[in-house]
Amino acid sequence: MAVPDETKDPNPVLPESNAPEGAPKTPPAGEPSSKPTAEQATAQTQAPETKPAATVAPKPDAAAAKPPVPAAAAKPAAPAAKPPAKPEGPKPEPWDSELVRKLKAQYGSGIKEASTYVGQKYLVVDSSMVYEILLHMRDDELYDYLVDVTAVHYPKREAQFDIVYILYSFHNNERVRLKTQIKDGDALRSAFSIWPTANWLEREVFDMFGISFGEHPDLKRILLPEGWKGHPLRKDYPILQQDTEWVKSNLGIESGQ
Amino acid sequence: MSDFENDYRHAKPGQGGPGVKDYLDLDTKDETFLDANELVLNMGPQHPSTHGVLRVILKLDGEKVLGTECVIGYLHRGVEKIAENRTYAMFNPYVDRMDYVAAVSNGLGYCEAVEKLLNTEAPPRAQYIRVILTELCRIASHQVWLGTHALDIGALTPLFYCFRDREEILKIFEKYCGARLTTHAFRIGGCIYETYDGFEQDCLKFCDAFLPKLDEYEELLTTNRIWVRRTKGVGILKPEDCIALGVTGPVLRAAGVKWDLRKAQPYECYNNFDFEIPTGLNGDTYDRYLVRIEEMRQAVRIIRQAVDGLPQGPIMAKIPKVLKPPVGEVYTSIEAPKGELGYFIVSDGSLQPYRVRVRPPSFVNLQALDKMVRGLLVADVVAVIGTLDIVLGEVDR
Repeated sequence: MAVPDETKDPNPVLPESNAPEGAPKTPPAGEPSSKPTAEQATAQTQAPETKPAATVAPKPDAAAAKPPVPAAAAKPAAPAAKPPAKPEGPKPEPWDSELVRKLKAQYGSGIKEASTYVGQKYLVVDSSMVYEILLHMRDDELYDYLVDVTAVHYPKREAQFDIVYILYSFHNNERVRLKTQIKDGDALRSAFSIWPTANWLEREVFDMFGISFGEHPDLKRILLPEGWKGHPLRKDYPILQQDTEWVKSNLGIESGQ
Repeated sequence: MSDFENDYRHAKPGQGGPGVKDYLDLDTKDETFLDANELVLNMGPQHPSTHGVLRVILKLDGEKVLGTECVIGYLHRGVEKIAENRTYAMFNPYVDRMDYVAAVSNGLGYCEAVEKLLNTEAPPRAQYIRVILTELCRIASHQVWLGTHALDIGALTPLFYCFRDREEILKIFEKYCGARLTTHAFRIGGCIYETYDGFEQDCLKFCDAFLPKLDEYEELLTTNRIWVRRTKGVGILKPEDCIALGVTGPVLRAAGVKWDLRKAQPYECYNNFDFEIPTGLNGDTYDRYLVRIEEMRQAVRIIRQAVDGLPQGPIMAKIPKVLKPPVGEVYTSIEAPKGELGYFIVSDGSLQPYRVRVRPPSFVNLQALDKMVRGLLVADVVAVIGTLDIVLGEVDR
């Protein structure tokens, strides 16, 4: 139970230099490249206590034999699983359509990227223009249904958060994802006045990531209690520390975690 | 419904006993006598009609609801955080714990999403098995809804009828995968279990036995005066409000929007089946009841076709033992019994998902509660919570 938490939690706070330099097994990842380095780093720090035998044992067999144990499999699997997994995954392809051309004509460099990935369309837009583009998408492009608002945390990037709006058009039966990147501490304008459904969705993003939305009618925690410390879906959220503290203050004993 | 007009309960004051309508018309009457202080009433989280641990703070003027505020999160388990610390396959059983009365649908949605990420597809036989079980699950979910919803409104019998008949579905689940509720029936890439001997016969037997029972439910409720008075015109949600609020599923269809993901963006093998999307006219509680009843009939139709056409072949796609989806992100959604259930998964190419976001239909639908109950009576709040068909395990995750 605790093993995966521990392997991942120190992830963002570890300095880059901790990872073994020039390790050839790092897969050619895109921007979310935090995990492989973290695995290598934890392999150094934690290997002796977790699985001393598995790490030094011949790698291919260990990986094949123990797929369900993440801590053990993660380290050797990187080189071992390479040959079968290598047949390059699909790449995002540029998406060109009337909609994209129209948006680009209107917002210029505000539209940073328009691509499809495994047939799913997405736009990357500038964070200052999200509200206008969302409004435009609803009124002029008939994307009348906001399916979801969510976020992804990339602690090593300068703009740490991806905010993802998933839109659907009842008229064209089409889905588009709108992504934008913002820095920690920055706020976006709430989409509540465009779609009332954004109310709770943005509250959840605020609750889980600590991203605030301007002009939101009632921005407060939704799933967690009012006095909660921290925002759990951030990658640097210390689950174990929070657990130990809670057990200590509420039960008066040492946590067994 | 002309007999209702002659009902003594609708007689003018002084001509008969006080009727339901008299109370409903309170807001059009002289309100001076109601001009008491605004009352704040706390409903839940331990209230039998909130279907779990939902807490609703009601602002009341006498019996009339002026506004509500939902307090949720009592059942929050951090499912999305757990996902980031598990491998793709290890997270699969967790999704069953969200909408626990329709666990099979949750599993289907998750497997679909990861398969999309892996750019693979379940083989035809697995797809048919998935459809059969998912539709059985839809019936089971609607039965739980009908039983508890009717119980909230005061009809006790449907609860026993529904749970009695749901047992047959759970038995099929148990025979198929060993679990009744949190089934974990599907795996990424297909199904892990081949059907047992007599699976097809069990499904068909259930279908044959279930349709007359559905008529029984309808006999109890559809023309029942109390039921109709309690549900007709209660909790109306117009189609434009539904869309603005992101409401999906039977609630959206009852408002007259003919939209079902199984038809709009077919997944699995739903293309191969012939079925209708029932819609309502008024978007009230009664229409939502009719829509769900009809959905159960359509589910039976789908199950029969799927059992008849169940192809032979493998039940598992060729996927690696160690799942490492390529870097990328996908959003896929399915039509769960309660609405659009979506999974947004970000992969960084490692063993564990970088981020899993669940778009839960109950959570989004619950947001419409405030709009639906304004101006109604406290007793109608119970009816509206029931008709939204929420499961708090999914709202709170």
